[in-house]
Amino acid sequence: MKLELREVTKRFGDFTANDSIDLVVRPGTVHCLLGENGAGKSTLMNVIYGLYQPTEGQIFVDDQPVKFNGPSDAMAAGIGMVHQHFMLVPVFTVAENIALGSEKTSGGVLNLEETRVKIREISDRYGFHVDPDAVVEDLPVGVQQRVEIIKALVRDAEVLILDEPTAVLTPAETDQLLGIMDQLRKDGKSLLFISHKLREVRQISDDITVIRRGRVVGSADPSASTNELASLMVGKAVQLTVDKDEPRLNSNAFEVENLSLVASNGVHLLKNVSFTVNGGEILAVAGVQGNGQTELAESIIGLHPKATGSMRLNGEELLGRSTKQVLHSGVGFVPEDRSKDGLVGSFSIAENLILDLFDTKSFASGGSLKRAAISANADRAGSEFDIRMGSQEDAASTLSGGNQQKIVVARELSRDLKLFVASQPTRGVDVGSIEFIHKRIVAERDKGVPVLIVSTELDEIYALADRIAVFFHGELMGIASKDTPRSVLGQMMAGASYEEAVANQHEDPEVLLAKQDAAEGVVSEQHAQSIIESSSAQTATDQASTSYRGSVAAAQDLPWADNTDASKGEKA
Amino acid sequence: MSAEKPKAVKPAATAAPANPQMGEHAKPSLATRLAGGGFGLSLGALIAALFLGGLLIAATDPATQKAAGYFFARPTDTLSAAWKAAAGAYKAMFEGAIFNPKGKTFADQIRPLTETLTVATPLILAGLAVALPFRAGLFNIGAQGQIILGALVSGYVGFAYNLPLALHLVLVIIGGIIGGAIWGGLVGLLKAKTGAHEVILSIMLNYIAANLILLLLKTPTFQREGSSNPISPILPDSALLPRIFPGSDLNFRLHWGFVLAIIAVIFASWLIERSTIGFRLRAVGANPNAARTAGINVANGYIIVMAIAGALAGLAGVAQVAGTEKTLTTGIAASFGFDAITVALLGRAKPWGTFFAALLYGAFRAGGVMMQATTGTNIDIVAVVQALIVLFIAAPPLVRTIFRLPDPANPRKKKASKNNSLQGAQ
Repeated sequence: MKLELREVTKRFGDFTANDSIDLVVRPGTVHCLLGENGAGKSTLMNVIYGLYQPTEGQIFVDDQPVKFNGPSDAMAAGIGMVHQHFMLVPVFTVAENIALGSEKTSGGVLNLEETRVKIREISDRYGFHVDPDAVVEDLPVGVQQRVEIIKALVRDAEVLILDEPTAVLTPAETDQLLGIMDQLRKDGKSLLFISHKLREVRQISDDITVIRRGRVVGSADPSASTNELASLMVGKAVQLTVDKDEPRLNSNAFEVENLSLVASNGVHLLKNVSFTVNGGEILAVAGVQGNGQTELAESIIGLHPKATGSMRLNGEELLGRSTKQVLHSGVGFVPEDRSKDGLVGSFSIAENLILDLFDTKSFASGGSLKRAAISANADRAGSEFDIRMGSQEDAASTLSGGNQQKIVVARELSRDLKLFVASQPTRGVDVGSIEFIHKRIVAERDKGVPVLIVSTELDEIYALADRIAVFFHGELMGIASKDTPRSVLGQMMAGASYEEAVANQHEDPEVLLAKQDAAEGVVSEQHAQSIIESSSAQTATDQASTSYRGSVAAAQDLPWADNTDASKGEKA
Repeated sequence: MSAEKPKAVKPAATAAPANPQMGEHAKPSLATRLAGGGFGLSLGALIAALFLGGLLIAATDPATQKAAGYFFARPTDTLSAAWKAAAGAYKAMFEGAIFNPKGKTFADQIRPLTETLTVATPLILAGLAVALPFRAGLFNIGAQGQIILGALVSGYVGFAYNLPLALHLVLVIIGGIIGGAIWGGLVGLLKAKTGAHEVILSIMLNYIAANLILLLLKTPTFQREGSSNPISPILPDSALLPRIFPGSDLNFRLHWGFVLAIIAVIFASWLIERSTIGFRLRAVGANPNAARTAGINVANGYIIVMAIAGALAGLAGVAQVAGTEKTLTTGIAASFGFDAITVALLGRAKPWGTFFAALLYGAFRAGGVMMQATTGTNIDIVAVVQALIVLFIAAPPLVRTIFRLPDPANPRKKKASKNNSLQGAQ
């Protein structure tokens, strides 16, 4: 079945989440939608799945225009979706979960036999190894995901949307999933695969569409190099420029030493991170989302009491202090998710502007809030930061994302800071506000304050940074200068150290990927070596598929390995 | 890499800034939503409940039932009988609650009003004890137990000690505040330290309090000498809240506890709307994540608000034991702690709203007695009307549909002309 989007646009108020998107998913192929967080991928998926109505544009299934008023319409048209967060009832069995919503009954009693048979049939055909009577909560995440896939297949889905399916999987489970996707493709299904992990995308995709800030910025062939994909994804389309002079460093400093944070499941969220931000400079932290940057920012502000190591601001130890103490010692903090952590939506704009200052002398005396001062503060911040509001008594949630973000930034910059930390300072913010916020951040730097910016947007990194720190898997891969090429940063974001990245800059990306695989323990060391050797003899185009088949073959114990081998002949 | 991207099915979080009520901002807790309806909602719920109550009165009225026997012959008979029954009952209720024109003297005529205020006093205080935690996102079901503890401590201080006039009363009041604050604060403490749910905790503490008073009133320390009933000695005059209109010929029960309640409303209003503590509590209630990120200690917020709530409920216990009853009995808290929940809901968790809702409930209670005496309508109708009010408040869409009220959480219709792209998200 062919799925086609023509000029699909989705707007929320004055914010355009998807701008005139064209996309064709051909039968029997995997089409990858590549883009950073907030690029508009999930919105687009929800438009296809009927959760949102497109503002403009049309969806076609097999060249027939369709209109979905809800997921049930989409399902009826043969579109299935595997959500990143599984929509399963944990205490139900696999069969019960799959039957849910279209239960067969006989004489008022639930009849699951038919469902069980179907599950076994699909499970056998694709080598899923799913027991229909297992309770879902007892299953590993990878198997739960297969249950989601079966759920779609049982309902005769011909188009499968996989929304960041690998985000929750271990590397081994990821490879299994890619194998499953390969089989589904051979079975004639159309797959729409959403990811921002370049390695997987290159392994499995037939077509790649890259979207950025809601627009299609290009399409690529799977043979394209990691660097090409990375630069497409993080974008060159919009050049964000900020006029700034050379940093004038001063003796103030924020020093982080051996900062570590271990999650309750034993995973290192941060591993021995050490760096220094000097007064008067901006250190920008780059990395793909989920590599420890969020935890770094939250640890600084005291939200992770279990963090170990040391963080000194002008010699004063911050680690071990409460969030309030950290804020009061002169740290300004812009959290990455303003609506969740930065604002109280139902509070007025004026109240949000003093959210972490309400008990300071300026705004309170004797336990009473100074209403006049709070109101004057809102007037001042409103005009200084150009917050477009009706009245300062309006709830913050009534404002657009850009204006909401300005509230947070205005609040944090409205006092004398000794350190400014901002996570994703311009995510989901319109272009005008981005420029404004960037200027304010640079102005803070020019005041001599050490500034730490965390961003997944390379444009933002380049626009703001005096130096660039790159994170991967909770570790600091290195600190690069602000004129480091994108390709080098891209490799560091994929796990190479600065020196390696510079050395590899002109090397075959396939080799790097193989090295990376080996490092991640996805494939064995020897196997990676074999790819590295063979790669020199083959053309880049061949390598993409070879590498995938190779890694499949290497994992002979995986159930679908045989099928893949058989299919090799077919393709050739 | 497991924490890769924690919100796939919630694109509104990054992509829908102009559509914030749906999905972008953390959904407020049930407590906040229940208490957050507008004034129109409360009024609508009241009218709808009174209307259904009227139907019930008519349906149980013998004259109406008789007329309904020949409804199809003369339907007007049934309707007029029904109207007469309902109107008569509500009129009697009004006369029993506010102003009785049949009274011989002015004092007799306004006696019902003073009765209403007397009954309303513990309801105001206990209502505040439920309303404040609502604003911090907590359900305080434990006002009943907190009233009992307040009454226990203040009652004990009242009858067990012989102290100078003013000092004694002050200690009685402080004792009640402390007793209630401990009982309420315990809920906050356990929630903050163990994560236990405040509803479960406060319900269980209600049981403990109810049985504690039963137990204590059978011990020699608390039980009245020579009585076999579980009842304490009468409090001496020095420990009592004086009557507001002390004339012996008037015999009004209304005492200074009512003034105490008004002071408490003013205090609560300042606390929640104007004070830094209130700011903190409201932030915790509306978005605990943002509160935490702004350096507010959420756990402490829970303890503080529950202790303050307990103190207010304890004051209700003081008003009962040192004002209305003058002695400690097992029924000292009546059902004030539970009625307080409905009072706080009707008052939209705002201090002055709670005040007026409590007056209304006081009027229901005082007037219900007169209604039963003069029209023979069962007083339980009052309880039904009270319950219906809560039902309607808990189902805002129903009331909004009946009375065509706009939905504050969904300004779609209002903004449709300005902004035609709100059809997203649900």
